Amino acid sequence: MSRAVTVEDAVSFKELKKDPLYASRIKIHPKDVGGRFRTIKWAALIVLLAIYYVVPWLRWDRGPGVPDQAVLIDMPGRRAYFFWIEIWPQEVYYLTFLLMLGAFGLFLVTSIGGRVWCGFTCPQTVWTDLFMWVERKIEGDRGARIRLEKAPLGREKILRKGAKHAAWLVIAAATGGAWIMYFNDAPTVTREILTGGASYAQYFFFGLFTATTYLLAGFAREQVCTYMCPWPRFQAALLDQDSYVVTYQKWRGEPRAPLKKNANWDERGDCIACNNCVAVCPTGIDIRDGLQLECIGCGLCVDACNDVMARIGRPPELITLDTERNQARRALGEPPATRIIRPRTIIYGSILALIAAGTLIGLTARAEVDLNVLHDRNPLFVTLSDGSIRNGYTIKVLNKTHEERQYDVAIGGPDGATLSVLGEESEDAAPVLSARPDAVATYRAYVTAPPGALAEQVRPLTFRLQDRASGAMTKHETVFRGP
Amino acid sequence: MPTKVEKDAITGTETTGHEWDGIKELNTPLPKWWLYVMYATIAFAAVWWLLYPSWPWVNNYFPGLLGYSQRQALDARVAESDAARGAQLQQLATTPLDQVTRDPELMAIAFAGGQAAFNDNCAPCHGLGGAGQGHYPSLADDAWLWGGTLDDVQSTIRYGIRSGHPDARFNEMPAFGALQMLERGQINDVAEYVLALSGRSEDQAAADRGQEIFAEQCASCHGDSGEGMVELGGPDLADQIWLYGGGKAEIVQQIHQPRHGVMPAWVGRLDPTTIKSLAVYVHGLGGGQ
Repeated sequence: MSRAVTVEDAVSFKELKKDPLYASRIKIHPKDVGGRFRTIKWAALIVLLAIYYVVPWLRWDRGPGVPDQAVLIDMPGRRAYFFWIEIWPQEVYYLTFLLMLGAFGLFLVTSIGGRVWCGFTCPQTVWTDLFMWVERKIEGDRGARIRLEKAPLGREKILRKGAKHAAWLVIAAATGGAWIMYFNDAPTVTREILTGGASYAQYFFFGLFTATTYLLAGFAREQVCTYMCPWPRFQAALLDQDSYVVTYQKWRGEPRAPLKKNANWDERGDCIACNNCVAVCPTGIDIRDGLQLECIGCGLCVDACNDVMARIGRPPELITLDTERNQARRALGEPPATRIIRPRTIIYGSILALIAAGTLIGLTARAEVDLNVLHDRNPLFVTLSDGSIRNGYTIKVLNKTHEERQYDVAIGGPDGATLSVLGEESEDAAPVLSARPDAVATYRAYVTAPPGALAEQVRPLTFRLQDRASGAMTKHETVFRGP
Repeated sequence: MPTKVEKDAITGTETTGHEWDGIKELNTPLPKWWLYVMYATIAFAAVWWLLYPSWPWVNNYFPGLLGYSQRQALDARVAESDAARGAQLQQLATTPLDQVTRDPELMAIAFAGGQAAFNDNCAPCHGLGGAGQGHYPSLADDAWLWGGTLDDVQSTIRYGIRSGHPDARFNEMPAFGALQMLERGQINDVAEYVLALSGRSEDQAAADRGQEIFAEQCASCHGDSGEGMVELGGPDLADQIWLYGGGKAEIVQQIHQPRHGVMPAWVGRLDPTTIKSLAVYVHGLGGGQ
């Protein structure tokens, strides 16, 4: 990127008066503003926080002995519950699909609408916004807060700041608590945390998320976006000339000058240098410098400028949501061209649709029984006294239903091979395996083949399992080994 | 110190003064809190060094003010687990052998404990899973030299075979060839008969001659039709399992100068509960009687 650089005389470190290597954080006191984007931000905040705090308390009856929380990641029980969906550890690839959906959803939305994630839905943005609202309610708007900052430590300052930090800690504690409620039963763990009966791990994570919420939303704020978060960096790669980003319409606003009576609007720009756009920005940047890393695309500067434009009687949207291509066209007086459907968005959208379809298919086609057969490694085979060859297997039946089930098991493989399952030996009937609900049943089995039935050293062998109640069938392919 | 510096027109930040293939970099100051976090990590490291084992001395090491030792922590954990298992092992020790196999919980404990002990003590000769290797018998098949019941297996483990223990299993096959008790031709005939017992003889005439010699010399230990004699440890010659090889040459060799395997006595080397677990495990490998 070529930017203008100016060449100046060098100044010695002593004269510079500030450390060229490290800079203190400049505290930002964003001003309150109302308008379209502020309303959308509030709506997003309320919906998202409501989901976050309320969902752990939703109940879903799954029968006795099974957790009744609608959304729960049960680490000790090795299950993840999401309403009617139950995920076993070997199905963790659903999480992969979820992450892929999230990623491509982000790519698509960003390439169309700019940094929508950063400005409206990112947890850092949402909680910082909430903490800023608390600060504004307790300490006052921008002017009052700047004055309070400069004031000496007195009764009012201590009370206001103390109240603010207390409120922040309460919100942070509720946030930390809600986090651990996704991993434990909500009513139980709330009671345990408050009465001192929770485990070390629960207290630790509760403390950790309380601390991080308090520190990141209360103190770090825009430093997270500017220095810590990797997403601003690759969101820049997701934008192109047809993405709608927060744009200061330079061709309309420049040259800027303070407002004077009887101004001739043909000879000057619409920008009256009121700096309201800077005052309301949560990251404290000047959007008139152009699209930059620190701009999270929240659009509050749009609302602020529209407010001012309305009051001075100029048309709104001096700062607006527009594409780079359109700005170039408008500057030349040409009509804007919208290119939301373009190769980039088509590709992102198609991949997103494919993954969504795949996940849906995977979820609906989920089997209710699974079979795993492990061939013994020591010994690979045993020669019996009559010369027949015996192989040992460990059968694992995964019963994913919520009732006890019985299964018929049979084998298909070398001629004359017989199956015997330890604990289920009977003279005439084929072995019947039973499994408890939502559990894995393990059985030892022997397959014996008469001498001479094996032409090769290794022969394929199939175990077939059929659910007696539902008729669902599954199988597992393994081998039968001989000398 | 350069006399001129380049500054970015918009932010006023200086460039680093270098250019890489036309690309210049702004020397944006790092945030101070980043620096302080780094200082905090250094301070944390210093405290950690003091509290925990950290620096080597000449032939020792600085143990740390807390005196933590991974070895001690491990010992504590092992003692804890031994104490937890103590009750179960006590129950296993007092339950008779045949009742252990009827109790699923005790059976699981005994089998698992037996497997662990087997892999440490027995697997070097008998192979993992009792597969057998070379001239060490397979314990997973259904052929037993000295009996495959739970009690037989336990006795064998306890006292061994030809181990020198007074209660050890002991037998000795005469060296018919080396001691010149049989002539070469007779040995050949007997070997032919032994092959015939498992249906692999190609010389019927020799086998017939061998049958007479067998009845005189061999039946007393190997049984009238070669079915073996568990009380004397005489192997079954009519089955398909050959400890020292089932070919004609190997059978001749065994008659000429028999090999005798030795199994150590484990009583006194392993505690009774472990031997009981081992008996349960070996019996449960698939061939137990």
